[in-house]
Amino acid sequence: MANATITGAAPATRIAGSWRALAVVLVLAAATALPFGLSDYQTFQVTLVLAYAIALLGLNMLTGFSGQISLGHGAFYALGGYVAAILMDRYDWPYWTTLPVAGAACLVAGFLFGLPALRLEGLYLALATLALAVATPQLLKSKLLEDWTGGVQGISVLKPDPPDFLPVNPDQWLYLFTLGVTALMFLIGWNILRGRIGRALRAIREHPVAAEAMGVNTALYKSLVFGVSAMFTGIAGALGAIAIQFVAPDSFDVFLSIRLLVGLVVGGLGAISGAFWGGLFIQFVPNIADQISKAAPWAIYGIFLIGFMYAMPTGVAGGLRLMAGRLRRWRGPADQPGGDA
Amino acid sequence: MESLLHQVLSGLATGSIYASMALALVMIYQATHHLNFAQGEMAMASTYLAWSLIDAGLPYWAAFVLTIALSFAAGVALERIVLRPLTNAPVLSLVIVFIGLLVIFNSVAGWIFTYTIKTFPSPFPTQPLFGGLLSGHELGAMSVTLIMLLLLYLFFRYTRLGLAMRAAAQNPVSSRLAGVRVGWMLALGWGMAAAIGAVAGMMIAPVVFLDPNMMAGVLLYAFAGALVGGIDNPMGAVVGGFIVGVLENLAGAYLIGTELKLTLALVVIVGVLVVKPSGLLGRVLVSRV
Repeated sequence: MANATITGAAPATRIAGSWRALAVVLVLAAATALPFGLSDYQTFQVTLVLAYAIALLGLNMLTGFSGQISLGHGAFYALGGYVAAILMDRYDWPYWTTLPVAGAACLVAGFLFGLPALRLEGLYLALATLALAVATPQLLKSKLLEDWTGGVQGISVLKPDPPDFLPVNPDQWLYLFTLGVTALMFLIGWNILRGRIGRALRAIREHPVAAEAMGVNTALYKSLVFGVSAMFTGIAGALGAIAIQFVAPDSFDVFLSIRLLVGLVVGGLGAISGAFWGGLFIQFVPNIADQISKAAPWAIYGIFLIGFMYAMPTGVAGGLRLMAGRLRRWRGPADQPGGDA
Repeated sequence: MESLLHQVLSGLATGSIYASMALALVMIYQATHHLNFAQGEMAMASTYLAWSLIDAGLPYWAAFVLTIALSFAAGVALERIVLRPLTNAPVLSLVIVFIGLLVIFNSVAGWIFTYTIKTFPSPFPTQPLFGGLLSGHELGAMSVTLIMLLLLYLFFRYTRLGLAMRAAAQNPVSSRLAGVRVGWMLALGWGMAAAIGAVAGMMIAPVVFLDPNMMAGVLLYAFAGALVGGIDNPMGAVVGGFIVGVLENLAGAYLIGTELKLTLALVVIVGVLVVKPSGLLGRVLVSRV
């Protein structure tokens, strides 16, 4: 990559960049048109894929970019969902105003959980966050919070109506709204990760001591990225709650956190586009597994998972990039564009 | 006062189960520096195996021994087949594989044995001892744990194989040069962890009853216990397991009630990791630059 830049690949990078911009615009256009070709239920499913993609982008910042494993992001997803549901149900807030509040609540919660997590590395952090995930449904059911959370029963919310000037039904509107939020969140995420902060996070992942020696404030970055990551996941949780129209403690069990981490790894660590592949995996693979074996779908899921670790350790995004690289080399070494996706 | 004593004693009894599970975790951690998230489900699978054997008509202790042997073999096989190819994989891949194993065991057990709760027999007399302070099963479970601990200590301290296993865990390269087959030592460690887990599963099953999700909470407490005692110290793991068991029982009875018990495990884990990450008896790790 460094060589390519020196030997005059800068224009090539720019061309690749504009191609990428074009591709993003095309994908966005296709995504906008998507709900008009799908049934309401399928639209709902794709809405959830987008919500998961936002959550995975958040988890990716933490796990993929800064190398801290979290098995507890379901807790932040739950917190975001509950904040949105409580505001809509108890205080009659319009649905779209709940997202910033859910995000802010999770930012603070994530930052606070990130402070003790600073001292934990690798498996220890995985363990502490796993405990958080296991404890979440119990906390939500707890008598102390019952006035707010509705206890075991959970909270139902109403599906938001589309604005009058648009000829779409509520499902389609919710999808388009989620798509807009997704685009915004990915723009923010991309801007955070591509520059100085992204480099600092990667440096922390690769070699914390060296990063510290280079002047990166490891402690600050680590707890901040925990907070920001939780914020993304919380916003995703709020979107998910609005789409499903219901939150209950048992939908936020430890398996939700596991599904999120699995989606991330399958989609591709440290690659922004991986979040979408992961979202698709989370939403649709359980159904496929269910079709293969009604009796033990999670076993099929587990086999998928271990198989992925052997076959595609860098996830779908990494696998695609690898294939693209091979294709390029095969076409000839002369026009290797620099830069990676 | 009597009820406090009762709570402490029955806490020690559950603590002995946590101690065995923590011991199993530490076995694998010491040798490979992996925390096996599937340990609880492996123990659950072993317990179902024991249940089937007893159901097929075997006497309890025959089933007990056979289950331990089969679990040992399965643990070895798991290490050789699933984990060996991932020796140099990053931590995250391993976490994913452990989670994969966890859901596979859980799901297959639910598939074969259904999710209905089964009772599991206890080999110990049921009548209460010491004026109702402790049930026969509780005392039995505690003794089994302590006997197992003693056997393990003797094995690691006084046998050639135990010495080789310790050497392989401490310094794989030198041990290999000295002729220890390090790969097999790791597999043996896995086998022993699976066997210890099987014992723990069979001891707790009469208390919590048998179902595919029975070990989720136990595993978390075992983690907490292992951390309290020091994740790299088998003795510490046992002490930590007992401490957590008593703490859980006392807090459940006097402080927070049963519904927030798992949250207590979370608090213990995070608390230990923040205040004293090496645990009570663990070595303090210094990372060299």
